[in-house]
Amino acid sequence: MTSRPNGEPLVRLSGVNKWFGELHVLQDIDLEIARGEVVVVIGPSGSGKSTLCRTINRLEAIDKGEITIDGQRLPEEGKQLARLRSDVGMVFQSFNLFAHKTILENVTLGPIKVRGTSKAEAERRARELLDRVGVSAQADKYPAQLSGGQQQRVAIARALAMDPKVLLFDEPTSALDPEMINEVLDVMTGLAREGMTMIVVTHEMGFARRAANRVVFMDGGRVVESADPETFFTRPESDRAKDFLSKILNH
Amino acid sequence: MSFLADNFTLLRDAFLTTLSLAVVSGVLALLLGTILAAMRVSPIPALRALATFYVEVFRNTPLTVVFFFLAFGLVYVDLQFPSRFITAVTALALYTAAFVCEAVRSGINSVPPGQAEAARALGLDFRQTLTTVVLPQAFRTVVPPLGNVWIALAKNTSIAAGFAVTDLTAVLQRLANASADQLALVFVAVVVGYLMITLPSAWGIRVLERRLAIVR
Repeated sequence: MTSRPNGEPLVRLSGVNKWFGELHVLQDIDLEIARGEVVVVIGPSGSGKSTLCRTINRLEAIDKGEITIDGQRLPEEGKQLARLRSDVGMVFQSFNLFAHKTILENVTLGPIKVRGTSKAEAERRARELLDRVGVSAQADKYPAQLSGGQQQRVAIARALAMDPKVLLFDEPTSALDPEMINEVLDVMTGLAREGMTMIVVTHEMGFARRAANRVVFMDGGRVVESADPETFFTRPESDRAKDFLSKILNH
Repeated sequence: MSFLADNFTLLRDAFLTTLSLAVVSGVLALLLGTILAAMRVSPIPALRALATFYVEVFRNTPLTVVFFFLAFGLVYVDLQFPSRFITAVTALALYTAAFVCEAVRSGINSVPPGQAEAARALGLDFRQTLTTVVLPQAFRTVVPPLGNVWIALAKNTSIAAGFAVTDLTAVLQRLANASADQLALVFVAVVVGYLMITLPSAWGIRVLERRLAIVR
């Protein structure tokens, strides 16, 4: 794995706060993610981990603090925000493939509309990516004709088609049947090995152990602990993390 | 029957007038209504407020009053339409756009929010998200309600008869006055004229609905 913790961080969150009405969902979050680093964010539901993930491409606006990507402050609106988002890939829990477009069109839409890539070039690259995630045979089908695992792998290909600097995964396997989880995790592990910078919100502890450089544990809108997987899973510091791990690992 | 043959040209021209009123104002209402719907879901509060105001004004004003205002009210601001046909088309389009807007907006709301989120996450801006991802899916669910709006519009064109446009309803009045003994025949001829517009539409809407259906 190609962690380079001493370089300029690719993603930096400093003093990030967010409220949903009265609820203080993100509290003074400071987090730096280096180029090529794979960070897994875990925590109980309602801990703010999904919200955290969604603030990084501003699908959720923050109320206080600052987020920079590659040294550039996250713009608030308009064209600049759209341009920045095109560099930050996102994979959703519910896949969110465009229901009215074929698998191939799902992958080519971004490059054609946002990057101005020619249709032929976008399709060539899309087929390459679909092949890589193992769904090239489905290129001309519609999303609803694919299994959940296949749809999520297409969603990863769609994100990769933009050549993003960083990939965000918001619980990418939580909506999948158990036998489909591994086919998605395998693709993600492959990406991690190749040095893709990834921020992964997940409950898959096996993936965290196998592929992560760092585990960030959140609870109650705060980052409670941040450590390498080995340390975190064997010698967690906080009581909250110990309690959480005892609940999910002992069954 | 020779009565109908004698008045064939009059009836045919009236039919074509009704048809053009419906088609021209329908196309304009579809465009304006879609723009209004886009405004109603836009991130800019002023645009949302403006579109909401428009919809509430035109949806809640009787169509005859809209006609009246355009035909006679605008003279006060020194504005006059070049022809009665254009006045009628404008009134019908402005009025119908409010209903198109609400139908399209309900369609937009039926598209799962994740679709727009995925589009924005790819870097598409508001306009691209709307035109390439949200609206194409919204129009599919909106075909039946838009069909209703279209049929209502086809029938609403009859109000133009009261504002000196010689459409089917105007001809009905004229022929019924001139030859009261042929009333039944005139009625049938005019109703058939309207049915020739609305029935094929209903059929077309069903075909379109089936053609555009997507699996979710």
